[in-house]
Amino acid sequence: MSAGPADGGVGDGVDRTPSTRADACIVGSGPAGALVAHRLAEAGADVVVLEAGPRFDPAERGRTQEQHIRPGMDNPWEMGGPRDAYTDAGRGYPLNDARVKGVGGSTLHWQGMVMRLHERDFALESQHGVGADWPIDYDDLRPYYAAAERALGVSGAMDNPYAPPREEPFPLPAFAPSHSDSLFAPACERLGIDMHSVPNARNSEPYDGRAACQGYGTCKPVCPSGAKYTAESHVGKAVEAGARVVDHAAVQRLEHDDDGDRVEAAVYATPNGTEHRQPAARFVLAAGGVENARLLLLSASEQYPDGLANSSGAVGRFFMDHLFAGAGGRLDEPTRQNHVGFNTSETHQFYDGADPVEGMKLEFLNYAGPSPVIEALGADTWGDDLLAQLDASYGTHVAMGGLVEQLPDADNRITLDPTVRDDHGNPVPHVEWSLSDRTRDAIRRANEIQHAILEELGADIEWIVGPDATGPAYHQMGTTRMGADPETSVVDADCRAHDLRNLRIVGSSTFPTGGAMNPTLTIAALALRVAASMAESV
Amino acid sequence: MELTRRDALAALSAVGATVGGSVLAARFDPPRADDRRSGADAGTDDDTDAGVSLSTDLLDLLDAVAEVVYPDGVGERRAFVDSYVVGRVADRPSYREGLREAAAQLDAVARDWHDAPYADLDVDIRDRILRNLGVETADPDPEGPLTDRIRFYIVNDLLFAFYSSPTGGRLVGIENPIGHPGGTESYQMPSMSPTGEDHGSGENP
Repeated sequence: MSAGPADGGVGDGVDRTPSTRADACIVGSGPAGALVAHRLAEAGADVVVLEAGPRFDPAERGRTQEQHIRPGMDNPWEMGGPRDAYTDAGRGYPLNDARVKGVGGSTLHWQGMVMRLHERDFALESQHGVGADWPIDYDDLRPYYAAAERALGVSGAMDNPYAPPREEPFPLPAFAPSHSDSLFAPACERLGIDMHSVPNARNSEPYDGRAACQGYGTCKPVCPSGAKYTAESHVGKAVEAGARVVDHAAVQRLEHDDDGDRVEAAVYATPNGTEHRQPAARFVLAAGGVENARLLLLSASEQYPDGLANSSGAVGRFFMDHLFAGAGGRLDEPTRQNHVGFNTSETHQFYDGADPVEGMKLEFLNYAGPSPVIEALGADTWGDDLLAQLDASYGTHVAMGGLVEQLPDADNRITLDPTVRDDHGNPVPHVEWSLSDRTRDAIRRANEIQHAILEELGADIEWIVGPDATGPAYHQMGTTRMGADPETSVVDADCRAHDLRNLRIVGSSTFPTGGAMNPTLTIAALALRVAASMAESV
Repeated sequence: MELTRRDALAALSAVGATVGGSVLAARFDPPRADDRRSGADAGTDDDTDAGVSLSTDLLDLLDAVAEVVYPDGVGERRAFVDSYVVGRVADRPSYREGLREAAAQLDAVARDWHDAPYADLDVDIRDRILRNLGVETADPDPEGPLTDRIRFYIVNDLLFAFYSSPTGGRLVGIENPIGHPGGTESYQMPSMSPTGEDHGSGENP
């Protein structure tokens, strides 16, 4: 370890040297890490959180929004440099399009859709003979789902006939349906398709010290009002409860003891290249669906040449995402799009079927077609000509989106690419990702339903995103899968590594299957469950 | 349609400027592009323009560009530009410097080609200068060649302010455009609310 300024070269005078004592060291400050940090700190534990990225100033969110809207400005969340380099193969994977390294993690960027997985998602193999069963079921997670909804501040309504059973109303009332939803409603009714509200981690009224939504319309990638939940909320609560959060502290590897039973330290580097060693009694890996696996692989040792916690060989394998399926067109009347950046209606009617088994949830978009301001900034003209162009392009679009499940496949995986190095000289993640024929078939089925609805609506259908044009929803899952059998999984039902008993792994990397629901509520629920079990022993 | 002080405040809100109405009023004696003594960056950038200077007030030039890039018939345009630009660059010295430099160089082009400051030229000539420079199809880039910087700092800045304001949005049918905190009622309405009844927090960025 070399010496250097205590602030690690950041220049802000903040001490980034290790804490002398830590009951728990948490790697990553996204929703999983932040929730665990908060709960453990509240339980009296000495908690250190190591975050690779910076602490973004909430007072600058307006400028961050401008960076998003205006072409020619830097990435709003500073992603994409040598720190974040990666390589890919297969279909190709745009890894940096939606993840964020910084205090709050990718919730800084996310849209904020928060649904519970359905009961069948936990038992896909036993019920349908595909995928894998979780070692826990919906009932195990159910109270933690409710706690997660309270923690994040979910606006929702009990109007979804396809949702799994729940014990209490949502903490906040749902956002009212959009005018666009009201246009879809008669068409869906004629087709026998049920529309229902969308649970949003976005304040429909003030909650937990954060404002109600003000309608900026840029939820993804930035909410200037603070109405959208970000994990900065629980990082702040963790700090208030006594936790220490060190930003610009990129963990390079985990080191284990001589017996190989326990992790002893997280070695992290500050921007000036100085390495520090943070010892702790317990470690929680919460760095996201790709970096969790990568860090275990980077932590290979003489005893564990294939990477830490990887006696199963499953670390990095079974990488999954949700696939986008969509279709859109135009009506001959105003549809009132792009006022807000979130959706207010969905249908989960086609989620639990057997043909295909893959889950799918379908969304009625409130941001179909171009936004006038964004189109203006990229237009090749101005003045009255520009106004005419905008007038012609805005106002009558409608669209449906949706997520389609991808089943786990060992060949979709994260490995290390030693031919490319990051800013600290580590091999970058290599993402191998392809779609199976059955995934493509499921996307086609989603398109068929979307097409039928739009036709019934009377839309002039202009585009369809199907199996060829599809892309990921940036929900990286499966790379440190949970299971009862140490031969085939990385962590147990409590998210504890089979191989190293003081190492927990939290986040969507532990999902054996991913369903077709946005994963963050499940990430939060699992994190709260892990925190509850850890709090008993700290 | 008339732009209002409210529109300027809304546009400032869209870019995260934390300048309230009273502060704006106090700063209505605007900085000149060639006034090196004003602003937080005074005295630090003597060589930035490499000898290029602006012969008119920066806000005159920006308003002259606004007349080109905004639709015909926009009322109170100058007041909107004044409020927006002053508030916007108040605490952004590096952005202000980029804006000032691009403006000075555009003005220099006008003097080279037409022997007059840009702001003094006929609107058709001003339009032609921008098009002949290639600004129409330029990629906005704050670090790029002059054409790209004019697009970024001047044309796109003005378009962003205008079309993220309720008045600009209304021209194309949306009273709560992206970037404007217009609340959560308009998306539920089948048509635009009457002018002046926009909801949200545009008055208080």
